[in-house]
Amino acid sequence: MSHKSMPPEYYQLLEDIQAVDFVLVELTLYLDTHPNDYEAIQQFNYYAKQSKMLKKEYEKRYGPLRQYGASYSGYPWSWDDTPWPWQV
Amino acid sequence: MWYYEKKLEYPVKVSTCNPTLAKYLIEQYGGADGELAAALRYLNQRYTIPDKVIGLLTDIGTEEFAHLEMIATMIYKLTKDATPEMMKQAGLDPHYVNHDSALFYHNAAGAPWTATYIQAKGDPIADLYEDIAAEEKARATYQWIINLSDDPDLNDGLKYLREREVVHSQRFREAVEILKEERDKKIFF
Amino acid sequence: MHTLRKYYHPYISPFDPCPPIKVKGYETPPNLYMGFQPPSLPQFEPKKALAYGTLWPALYSPYPSPPVRKEVNE
Repeated sequence: MSHKSMPPEYYQLLEDIQAVDFVLVELTLYLDTHPNDYEAIQQFNYYAKQSKMLKKEYEKRYGPLRQYGASYSGYPWSWDDTPWPWQV
Repeated sequence: MWYYEKKLEYPVKVSTCNPTLAKYLIEQYGGADGELAAALRYLNQRYTIPDKVIGLLTDIGTEEFAHLEMIATMIYKLTKDATPEMMKQAGLDPHYVNHDSALFYHNAAGAPWTATYIQAKGDPIADLYEDIAAEEKARATYQWIINLSDDPDLNDGLKYLREREVVHSQRFREAVEILKEERDKKIFF
Repeated sequence: MHTLRKYYHPYISPFDPCPPIKVKGYETPPNLYMGFQPPSLPQFEPKKALAYGTLWPALYSPYPSPPVRKEVNE
């Protein structure tokens, strides 16, 4: 059985998503202590939209990112496809 | 409710085949100031903390699990292709004998994780000061691991994790300020 | 601007067995000085933020921190 190998575009898209999601993590923690920062909330919602768009692209090509129905599945069941994050 | 997202928070890279580093990294996996301790500490404290601070503890606690996964990834990559001989050379033979290359929640000295590493006093100020201290201790631990590691890619990941501790400490300090309830008060001289 | 590293001179005894380290340093990261983070601080671009571990340069703490002066041990 041959080893599965991911193309360079996979790593590129994954890093794009990680960058946008990281901004969202930082803004989330900031907003937890600065709930009235209107500009930050606007920025948060902007990046949330970016994240959803990038993930839609990723999932179309490489399968579900999220558990329990937050992402759709292909046939056969694609949630357990490799690589898992620590294998990438 | 917890959901898992099938990606790392940060693109971990390990470029040197040096299983000895796994021995140090495990301190942040199952050690007193490591990511598991942090996650469980914050997620447990959040049930009895004032409402305005619950979001912060939930969100940082969740992020700590993402960091735990990053440490696990580093250890996994360093040990997945190690022969028993390589494990012995790396000083990982006591771990190997018990676990092969499976990960486990113990520190660099082999002491198993214990709930005595964490606390929830039910007093919000005490809890938050413990959290600030935990973040500073984690930051220091990452410094000492970076000092022992000469893998530049691994170190990028460790520096990221160290910087996250700085940011978390900042947020917990802000939480204390929020609970002091002096933010809106004007100070008269 | 606050320096991110401080130095001190530990006491050296004539009876110390090992060659003495004359200057020791310790980290003083930005969270010590920032207080409540003010709004609208400048931000890194997302890719850079991910690499550095924070969205805000004001919170960035490089390690090892660039030495302000060489740690002299003579």
